[in-house]
Amino acid sequence: MNRLLSRMIPRSLLLIAGLLLAGTASASEVELQNFRADYGNVASMQRGARNFMAYCSGCHSMKYLRYSRMAEDLKIPEDVLKANLMFATDKTGDPIKSAMPAAAAEWFGRQPPDLSLESRARGADWIYTYLQSFYLDDKRPLGVNNTVLPNAAMPNVLWELQGWQKKSEAPAESGEHKAAGGEHHGSGFEQVTAGSLSPEEFKEFVADTTNFMDYAGEPGKRDRIHTGFKVLLFLFLLLILTYLLKKEFWRDIH
Amino acid sequence: MSNEGVDGSRRRFLTTATSVVGAVGAAAVVWPFLASLKPSAKAKALGAPVIADITTLEPGMRATYLWRGQPMWIVRRTPEMLDGLKKVEPDLLDPNSTNTSQQPAYAKNEFRAIKPEFMVMKGVCTHLGCSPTLRTDHPAPDIIANWQGGFYCPCHGSKFDLAGRVYKGVPAPSNIVVPPHRYETDKIIVIGEDPKDDGTAKAA
Amino acid sequence: MAITPNPYKTTGFLGWIDDRFPLTKMWKDHLSEYYAPKNFNFFYYFGSLALLVLVNQLLTGIFLTMNYKPGAETAFDSVEYIMRDVPWGNVIRYMHSTGASAFFVVVFLHMFRGLIYGSAKKPRELIWVFGSLIFLVLMAEAFCGYVLPWGNMSYWGASVIINLFGTIPFIGPDLVTWIQGDFVPSDATLNRLFSLHVIALPFVLVGLVFAHILALHEVGSNNPDGVEIKKHKDPVTHIPLDGIPFHPYYTVKDLVGVSGFLIIFCAVIFFIPDGGGYFLEAPNFTPASQLNTPEHIAPAWYFGSFYGMLRATPSAFGTQIWGVLVMGAAVVILFFLPWLDKSPVKSIRYKGPITKAAVTIFAINFVLLNYFGLQKPSPTVTVISQIGTIIYFAFFLLMPWYTKIDKTKPVPERVTE
Repeated sequence: MNRLLSRMIPRSLLLIAGLLLAGTASASEVELQNFRADYGNVASMQRGARNFMAYCSGCHSMKYLRYSRMAEDLKIPEDVLKANLMFATDKTGDPIKSAMPAAAAEWFGRQPPDLSLESRARGADWIYTYLQSFYLDDKRPLGVNNTVLPNAAMPNVLWELQGWQKKSEAPAESGEHKAAGGEHHGSGFEQVTAGSLSPEEFKEFVADTTNFMDYAGEPGKRDRIHTGFKVLLFLFLLLILTYLLKKEFWRDIH
Repeated sequence: MSNEGVDGSRRRFLTTATSVVGAVGAAAVVWPFLASLKPSAKAKALGAPVIADITTLEPGMRATYLWRGQPMWIVRRTPEMLDGLKKVEPDLLDPNSTNTSQQPAYAKNEFRAIKPEFMVMKGVCTHLGCSPTLRTDHPAPDIIANWQGGFYCPCHGSKFDLAGRVYKGVPAPSNIVVPPHRYETDKIIVIGEDPKDDGTAKAA
Repeated sequence: MAITPNPYKTTGFLGWIDDRFPLTKMWKDHLSEYYAPKNFNFFYYFGSLALLVLVNQLLTGIFLTMNYKPGAETAFDSVEYIMRDVPWGNVIRYMHSTGASAFFVVVFLHMFRGLIYGSAKKPRELIWVFGSLIFLVLMAEAFCGYVLPWGNMSYWGASVIINLFGTIPFIGPDLVTWIQGDFVPSDATLNRLFSLHVIALPFVLVGLVFAHILALHEVGSNNPDGVEIKKHKDPVTHIPLDGIPFHPYYTVKDLVGVSGFLIIFCAVIFFIPDGGGYFLEAPNFTPASQLNTPEHIAPAWYFGSFYGMLRATPSAFGTQIWGVLVMGAAVVILFFLPWLDKSPVKSIRYKGPITKAAVTIFAINFVLLNYFGLQKPSPTVTVISQIGTIIYFAFFLLMPWYTKIDKTKPVPERVTE
């Protein structure tokens, strides 16, 4: 039985792995760019926080994130926090509320959602791609659409930085471009007007913002991971000791 | 079969070593659970220092603020009230505030305040926690002879002067608590933080 | 007034206790003089690990309940409060969510051990029955627990599963309303599932675990060879020749198992608590919404096979109850295992090729059924699930036949190493 199982099990595991991979590579509407959030890059998250406050918090709240927590984790001094990142009336212990929640629903037809957990609900890849995927579309009431979230109610708040793009006639490139860097250089868009940032600078802007939003999804992530290293180290020590202890006692048996 | 002596000591060593490491591990596991009972960020935010604007506080009047769920009083004392503080000293249990747990160091003086004119205090009797009544009228023979104004607690009859100092012979054992506080400006008092020149301005 | 001294003649403080409470008796009967076979292998770790995970769930559950606020308006927020504002709250939460998945991994492997070594056979049928009840209650407990965060998957998962009761003829729709306490899953539903999850079911679970272990100790443990160690005892001490005291030998060995398990468990908690989207599902980070159904409603991963069987069963005669019955039968049939296995031999080591092939196919099939049960429905997925369902039931229903006709090997008198 042991030999049968020891032959069947590796083969069945391979089969299962193959099926799982096949399952996960199912076609989604738009291929998302790969983005790995960097929980250790405090500078990037600081810039992302600034970006969020400047461009997003007008409509979007982050009701589960307190300013004081953000300042502590992102190492922002309290005076900088109050001067640049908070509205004057808020206490540092308060959560991040948006400026005009009720009015926004009327203007855009839909309440701008709270973004505290957006990164956990949709993934960093999604946010990173979404923010770069607005394009001109005169069939839409606001004149823009988004390939990642078709018929989005959100305006392209970053147009000054990115400029305007439209969907290109040629299909999105794949193959050799993907192999090159794992990123889509042939994005399926054509630049119409330039923005104040170069394409690389804009990508970095979006990366910073996404890093911040990923942080906001779980502020305790960095501490959790650091604690994890210590815990695993301890457990390996414990494993060694318990194993030696077991071996010692079991010399009685046999 | 086995050499009990050598085995015994190795066995004991390994058992002890594993038990010690295991105990350390167990303590490390218990710690986060106990820590989770500490005040959460929400409790700390709600317990944050309170800004008191005393611009409109008239002499002889009292303003009330809530800090960490308890009433805080700011009484603007008149010169007459300040004079009265000296007169009642013989009747007081702890006129020099030697019980240091009842006020911060910067309030350990005859006025129990940073600025004599403004008395910042917790509105809670040190006996069993009732809210004393402010009695600025004097004389008040119904309270005690030589009453110069102060606080009278209706629950069990404890008496305090206008610096919150407790009288002798009453149930309350100590002077009314003075909370940490500092002057942001002449007109703004922050209740819940010590003054910056006492070291760093830290939340209490 | 003379007290009869305890039979162990302990003295001092311990003696005082023993004269009034069977403490030393329990220690001896269940630990230091409970003689277990000496040939336990890797598969035998999972019982003690299941107990460890149970303790984990109870402990972390107690502390989560200190801050969790049941109620449609407050639940989701309170979970985020735990994750952010409560010191170590995120770790305690992950211990609980990972523990739920770990529970099923451990319990599946524990049951598989029982299957392959014949631990369900006489005289251990009741242990297996208690175990099957534990499995059933565990599924209910996990279902209730998953609803509590009141995320979007919590809501829609609850809706789908409770609606299964709606397939019962005549009383179905009213039954659903009664279970929900409302016309749709709502605050009322959440609160009652909270009560079940935190009090009712844990009590039942702990009671069943007690019964399970008591029944085991009454009869004595099985082993990978399926040999009854009580058949050969030392003539003087009456201790089974192949038995060793559980304490210290298996306490010390189980500690190794615990350490190894904790490494994997903590690696998940601290580094991949989402479990790749399988332990904490992405849609559940969005609050429950009546208006916004997730693209793909799937139950937690450990329900995959049963859910797959449910979906694979077509409706007939205007009702979909057949799927519910098939799913229910898939769990109920487990109870009957002791009476389905007609082999004269307990352990798969001494069974013939038919049984070995059957068990192997069953195991692979169960995993595949689980996988396909979680996929988006499609004609291919449905056909595969249907085949898988048939294989699953065939394993049990044909067992009385193939275990009887199968060749067996001679079983040794004493355990092998």
